[in-house]
Amino acid sequence: MTKSTLNVKNVAPAGSDELARTICAAHDNRPDALLEIFHDLQHDLGYVPEETLTVIADILNRSRAEIYGVLTFYHEFRRTPGGQHTIKICRAEACQAMHTQELCRHAQDKLRVKFGETTADGKFNLEAVYCLGNCALSPAMMIDGDLYGCVDKERFDDIIADIDRGATA
Amino acid sequence: MTKARTAIRVYVPRDAAALSMGADSVARAIAAEAKKRGDKVEIVRNGSRGMLWLEPLVEVETPEGRIAYGPVKTSDVEDLFGTGFLEGKAHRLCHGLTAEIPYFKNQERLTFARVGLIDPLSIEDYRKYDGYVGLTKAMAMEPIDIVDQVTKSGLRGRGGAAFPTGIKWKTVHDTHNAQKYICCNADEGDSGTFADRMLMEGDPFCLIEGMTIAGIAVGATKGYIYVRSEYPHAVDTLREAIRIANRANWLGRNIQGSPYHFDLEVRMGAGAYVCGEETSMLESIEGRRGLVRYKPPLPAIEGLFGKPTVINNVLSLGSVPIILDKGADYYRDFGMGRSRGTLAFQLAGNIKQGGLVEKAFGVTARELIEGYGAGTLSGRPIRAVQFGGPLGAYLPEHLLDTPMDYEEFTKVDALVGHGGIVVFDDTVDMAAMARFAMEFCTIESCGKCTPCRIGSTRGVETMDRIIGGIERERNIEILTDLCETMTDGSLCAMGGLTPMPVMSALRHFPEDFHRPVQAAAAE
Repeated sequence: MTKSTLNVKNVAPAGSDELARTICAAHDNRPDALLEIFHDLQHDLGYVPEETLTVIADILNRSRAEIYGVLTFYHEFRRTPGGQHTIKICRAEACQAMHTQELCRHAQDKLRVKFGETTADGKFNLEAVYCLGNCALSPAMMIDGDLYGCVDKERFDDIIADIDRGATA
Repeated sequence: MTKARTAIRVYVPRDAAALSMGADSVARAIAAEAKKRGDKVEIVRNGSRGMLWLEPLVEVETPEGRIAYGPVKTSDVEDLFGTGFLEGKAHRLCHGLTAEIPYFKNQERLTFARVGLIDPLSIEDYRKYDGYVGLTKAMAMEPIDIVDQVTKSGLRGRGGAAFPTGIKWKTVHDTHNAQKYICCNADEGDSGTFADRMLMEGDPFCLIEGMTIAGIAVGATKGYIYVRSEYPHAVDTLREAIRIANRANWLGRNIQGSPYHFDLEVRMGAGAYVCGEETSMLESIEGRRGLVRYKPPLPAIEGLFGKPTVINNVLSLGSVPIILDKGADYYRDFGMGRSRGTLAFQLAGNIKQGGLVEKAFGVTARELIEGYGAGTLSGRPIRAVQFGGPLGAYLPEHLLDTPMDYEEFTKVDALVGHGGIVVFDDTVDMAAMARFAMEFCTIESCGKCTPCRIGSTRGVETMDRIIGGIERERNIEILTDLCETMTDGSLCAMGGLTPMPVMSALRHFPEDFHRPVQAAAAE
């Protein structure tokens, strides 16, 4: 998947070096704050552009290779621009006990993507996660930080339709 | 019907589970309806009472006590007002006094005493219900006496490893170092567990107090809470609670005029299950890849940034305030054998009444699942129950009379772990679950140890052959051998315990490994 096919809004890392500097400074340029720095960058840009890694490495006095290694270790961080919203569906055991497999299939069919991909219209990233801590109300799903419980196919469609219409959750 | 003159207090939880069922819109609907009718209400956003199948569980304060209504939808709100719920009147959603609901009443709430009761971000509420009594007592004690109290309480690590907390503290206490740390492991990644999240969202000051006491006991002035990124609500609540505690001088320099200093910082994970392993967590807090460290040196000697570090689970630290408040004996008097105190059991998966049940050790799995949980949500028979998260064993129905006790569970080759209980009905395919355990390990292995990194991949392939009916007996033998290698050759529980769900599935449900091929298709 190349960047150019994806959401144009996120493809301009112009100024992202400056943003990276500002974010590092907000964390007192502490080398141990690297995950927090990535979180902040991803929050602002939707992903962590590889172009910023050299800047961050310089500021934190760590090698670029090391910084890159951290970025790639964690599932949460995106290295390419994605869609406007991120849907995370839980695939873990408690949700499996409530047939999340069916929800996963439905979501992939409905959005016409596989896990890890972005919809053609650039609206949604679809991701699998392993536990959202809502295991008594399985299957669970999270969209942009909002948690949903007891998600069956109909509820999934309703929630997506609401977001598609731009309604607030 | 008389209209109340003073505002009536209505509780609508802010716990993420309640939010996941629409608690925010219910709160808005209640405010709007009250305004329309000219009723004065004060909406308090409390934590969850833990009866999660009733969420959003709305409570109304009456002279008799708090009356529970749930699960409330926005479409129910007008009707609730119409039938006089502000006076606690009957309604099809009414469950009477919250405190009298058997599910809640029969619990032994020590660590979770305040969760659901109070406004989580009100330090006044917190103090009204015995908050900071433990710390106040601790500040007047010798640090070694605090350690001693925790040791005597019998408290063992609630993250799952069940190592005696007091002994860990003593090790750090006895080190000589100008800088020591308290790290709270809130990377609650086990499927079927949510107790840490509920405590952090429902009573954050309890964790903050526990960590402060730990700091004083071992001589640490700085603490970190490592919370997984899947818990954004818990992160926000904790950060706000830390700000409030700092302003009120319950954190920071010279806490309440004492000579003690303690600062606290929240660090957010980034979607790596393995970071729940303590040394992997330390690497992550230091801003590195979450690779597991060799032990020794123990983190208690050389932990975060190479300094002596106490690493405890949220519930271990959250149990400390009550131990210091009521005394070690009070806590130790709950439980059985060498499992003292209470555990917050979490009923999850295919269960009718899922939620949090804090009970003394010794309660049987069946009492929890059938008594509290009321069986499966699907109404079908229970076939398998996974205890202690994705690295825990699957047990069949006939072993459910095992008491929840660390040693008793070891006897049936299972783990109590962090208290997560995931129920499956008879539609479950245990070969598929065994395959999933291996698959999960391929996704989440940090990659340091070969048996975990490569063994799990070979495990998935072997399970595929078994499920596909290819040389089943030979492949089951390979699987068994592979599991032995992973158990013996992995540094941490990720590779070391992945065989537990796999082998327990094979041991208790061998028929699923021998099904006709067409019926045993993997998902």
